[in-house]
Amino acid sequence: MKKLINSPDEVLTDALVGVAAAHPSLTVNPSDRYIARAGGPTPGKVGLVSGGGSGHEPLHGGFVGYGMLDAACPGEVFTSPVPDQILAATRAVDSGAGVLHIVKNYTGDVLNFQMAADLAADDGVRVEGVVVNDDVAVENSTWTAGRRGTGATVFVEKIAGAAAEFGADLGTTAALGQEVNDRSRSFGVALTPCTVPASGKPGFQLGEDEVELGVGIHGEPGRARGRLTSAREIVGVALDAIHADMPLSGDVLVMVNGLGGTPLIELYVVYAAVAEWLAGHGVWITRNLVGNYVTSLEMAGCTITVCRLTPQLTQLWDAPVVTPALRWGR
Amino acid sequence: MDTDLARTWVQAIAAAVDQHKDHLTQLDSAIGDADHGTNMHRGFSAAVTALADYEPGTVGAVLVKTGTTLISTVGGASGPLYGGAFRAIGKALDTTTADAPQVAAALAAGLASIEKLGAAAPGDKTMIDAYAPALAAFRQQADAGADLGAAAVAAADAAEEGMRATAPMQARKGRASYLGARSIGHQDPGATSTALVFRALAETLGSRAESLGAR
Repeated sequence: MKKLINSPDEVLTDALVGVAAAHPSLTVNPSDRYIARAGGPTPGKVGLVSGGGSGHEPLHGGFVGYGMLDAACPGEVFTSPVPDQILAATRAVDSGAGVLHIVKNYTGDVLNFQMAADLAADDGVRVEGVVVNDDVAVENSTWTAGRRGTGATVFVEKIAGAAAEFGADLGTTAALGQEVNDRSRSFGVALTPCTVPASGKPGFQLGEDEVELGVGIHGEPGRARGRLTSAREIVGVALDAIHADMPLSGDVLVMVNGLGGTPLIELYVVYAAVAEWLAGHGVWITRNLVGNYVTSLEMAGCTITVCRLTPQLTQLWDAPVVTPALRWGR
Repeated sequence: MDTDLARTWVQAIAAAVDQHKDHLTQLDSAIGDADHGTNMHRGFSAAVTALADYEPGTVGAVLVKTGTTLISTVGGASGPLYGGAFRAIGKALDTTTADAPQVAAALAAGLASIEKLGAAAPGDKTMIDAYAPALAAFRQQADAGADLGAAAVAAADAAEEGMRATAPMQARKGRASYLGARSIGHQDPGATSTALVFRALAETLGSRAESLGAR
């Protein structure tokens, strides 16, 4: 294992110290382990709290700021946060207007956020949740824990965050977050595995000419293994899977997201193929993101997320946002 | 079982998890996300520390404290599942000592907590596949009038058998379920740590039973 760390046990703590030092607009609570906006809760505004295992940076801490999250709760690498820290963050950001939890659909994340929500409700904080489950690679059936939450989490956090900033109430903010999730689908491909610092070994092995299709963002293997072909062919597999699940039409927001170990030039090669495929199917990309937003440590590969936009969602996407990892319009 | 033995049980689990940490993580690498050993180790180490200067009034208090600590430190699904189970077991043992039928009833409350939170059933390739047969074996022994030590040994044997039986199963819950049929052939890490919990109970109560018998 070659990593720029001080010790496998201290990675999260050391990184939080770095986040605090790099971003004066954020406040990092080292004992309760959450990252929040430095100014405290915005009066009258619904608070947005997300969180999950670390190793996906900039998700979620990099999306704390004006127009997006109020707080993020990082767990250990690839391990969901514990209820205590989610509860502390929820209390810290509640202005009285209630708090929306944005949770990726993994058993651990859902259980820990639910426990925190129950405890917050006991304190009189109104909490609603949106569970993001956009990954089409997982069959949503009695045979699985349900679809995973991946790239669409960024869309939900941005659009629900904009709505809350405009003064939407808790129910409206939650409904918009749910709408974004329902209109979004993702598919991931990995070229290499990644190594959790505490384990020291790669999560799986891949041959020189192999790719993991339908991979998750936690170093867990995907559903199938394929040959490494051209970017165009791999994009075809991903978009065919998305299109089969949710027929694409009209205006879309597309994110080509690097998993941590793929250079931007390759992401643009992928984006070109995505644009070509969608244009060939009469689908128009009106908004896009290309870059590393939901990573999986140093894994090489990408996820492709497509959201079918409405005029309202486009407007909220365009609304000002000022966070370490996403900023425009202000 | 008294408060000292309850504490010894938790210490024995912590020692077993420490010893098998890499094995648990290795099993989790195959079908999960390679953190089960690390997380369990962090949680049970914290539980041992929390119990060190704690003066419990009941057997249950030890286990409730353990469960609360696990929820606060483990994370993932294992935190709420193990933490909730220990809290449920503890709440059912609101006494200074507990006999085999009382422990059987408490263990049943622990399983009910896991089933409710995890929405899983036997055969889903989870902790339940070790826990359910362990509970059945414990209960059978307790009903037959066996002492705690014998019941716990039977439970540990059944847990290990259940653990091994998870290998050919296809996962239907948790992260392993994302793999579909590719989860087949790998022993479940959660069932494996559950077997460690029951083996630790057998070692705690079994040795005590033997020493009591020798007296």
